[in-house]
Amino acid sequence: MNLQTVAHINSFLAAFVLLTAFGMLVQKRIYSLIHLFAWQGLFLSISTAIVGYVAGRHHLYISSILTLSLKVILLPYILHVLIVRLKIRKEVETIINIPMTMLIGIALVIFSYHLTAPVRELSTLITRSTLAVALATVMIGLLMMITRRHAVTQIIGFLAMENGLFFAATSATYGMPLVVELGVALDILIAAFIFGIFFFHIHTTFDSLDVEQMARLKEGD
Amino acid sequence: MSGFIIEILQVMMLIGLAPMFSGWVKMLKCWSQGRSSASILQPYRDLAKLFSKDVILAENASWIFRFTPYLVFSTAVLAGGIIPMLSTDLPLSLTADVIVLVALFAIARFFTALAGMDIGTAFGGMGSSREMMIASLAEPAMLMAIFTVSLACGSTSLSRIVEVIYSPASIVKPSLVFAFIAFVLIALTETGRIPVDNPATHLELTMIHEAMILEYSGRHLALIEWAGMMKLFLFMAIGAALFAPWGIAYAGAPGSIPLAFGYLILKIGASGIVLVLIETGLAKMRLFRLTEFLGAAFLMATLGMLSFFILE
Repeated sequence: MNLQTVAHINSFLAAFVLLTAFGMLVQKRIYSLIHLFAWQGLFLSISTAIVGYVAGRHHLYISSILTLSLKVILLPYILHVLIVRLKIRKEVETIINIPMTMLIGIALVIFSYHLTAPVRELSTLITRSTLAVALATVMIGLLMMITRRHAVTQIIGFLAMENGLFFAATSATYGMPLVVELGVALDILIAAFIFGIFFFHIHTTFDSLDVEQMARLKEGD
Repeated sequence: MSGFIIEILQVMMLIGLAPMFSGWVKMLKCWSQGRSSASILQPYRDLAKLFSKDVILAENASWIFRFTPYLVFSTAVLAGGIIPMLSTDLPLSLTADVIVLVALFAIARFFTALAGMDIGTAFGGMGSSREMMIASLAEPAMLMAIFTVSLACGSTSLSRIVEVIYSPASIVKPSLVFAFIAFVLIALTETGRIPVDNPATHLELTMIHEAMILEYSGRHLALIEWAGMMKLFLFMAIGAALFAPWGIAYAGAPGSIPLAFGYLILKIGASGIVLVLIETGLAKMRLFRLTEFLGAAFLMATLGMLSFFILE
């Protein structure tokens, strides 16, 4: 594989990561949301492996495998089990309507493109052009957390943000040191368990995972 | 000079083959639903029957109502002269680019909507209002998809775009993939297929295009139906030209026209299969969910444009 082809494949993967980010932003059904999250993880892990191969950084293989096992298999499985246990069947409610959210998302992509333009000029890595996509993924994850009411959806938004950060790390600097990445992966895993426990508590207390309910914390009204 | 002959050939082919393509789609649809189908030539018989019948005009029909079928038909024919279906050597293609093409479809739609309201029946007005709502959402998405392809190819002329994409140096780009997805969604909308509109229904609550042309009869109806078939054919041809331009003859190579014709039949036939798969797999959407459907098309087209700037 020459550099040109690799950069080409990588830009395709970046485009798909961005596409899945938008898909999650507009997807109403919670099962499809989890599937999209798993797809994003898959694209991310392939991209990481490819960058690792080209750059000769072999620790990127380990982070690629970590991404694959954590974000494609384990986390979606945990979320799936949670949804089955908590019997969430309803469509996810959004605060702003979907076309509006799309437009804001597009504006965020343009914003991140402008923000990363100076970095692109300075960098010499083959993956430099995907930095804007990575930043956009982070911002779209954040937007998702803001526009959704459901606790599970907000967590998926959070995890998508982490995906974006991970992507930014590989595209801007060929990945963080392995120790850091292991730590982050562990953090995510622990966070998922803690979220699960929290979901159960919120669910038993309020009988719903709609975070709007938590605005009234007084007893007896 | 050979350009004009090709031009005429292409238009004749469009007029002649569009009903057969429509019959092919109907046939596939019947098969996919386990029904026995009418012959592939049935649309020709339908058209012939309609042409032999009298036109019944409402008393208060104005010139717009009588003029619209001819306009709709001729814009479809004109569009057939712009799109490089067989060859990129089209004299009309130099004067009219892809934006003109969108405008041609828009004119036809505008007059159909006016004609729908002209008689003053409730259904016509309802159909027109729905059609215009959809148009207002579909056209920005369509233009955005076209701009994306034009940016990637450096020209808005359809012939030039086909030459650039067809050249050996071109590679599959993310922006073109996005533009293609957007184009598929828009083509479903523009040609009034499921999930946007159901071409086979006259159910009051769901029809859009059929509601507008409900008052037409005789040769007027035949022309509008024919134009509708041509529009379906044209959108398949645009898709084939922009995203799968294999086999289209270059300028100065009129010898490869028969080969290009064979390729075109194959591509259009295959696109009919895809269309039927989409249509059988989906249910018709509620009208108010169309904003999301077309919003997705707009999003895809815009993402294509952004990924052109960001990634290429």
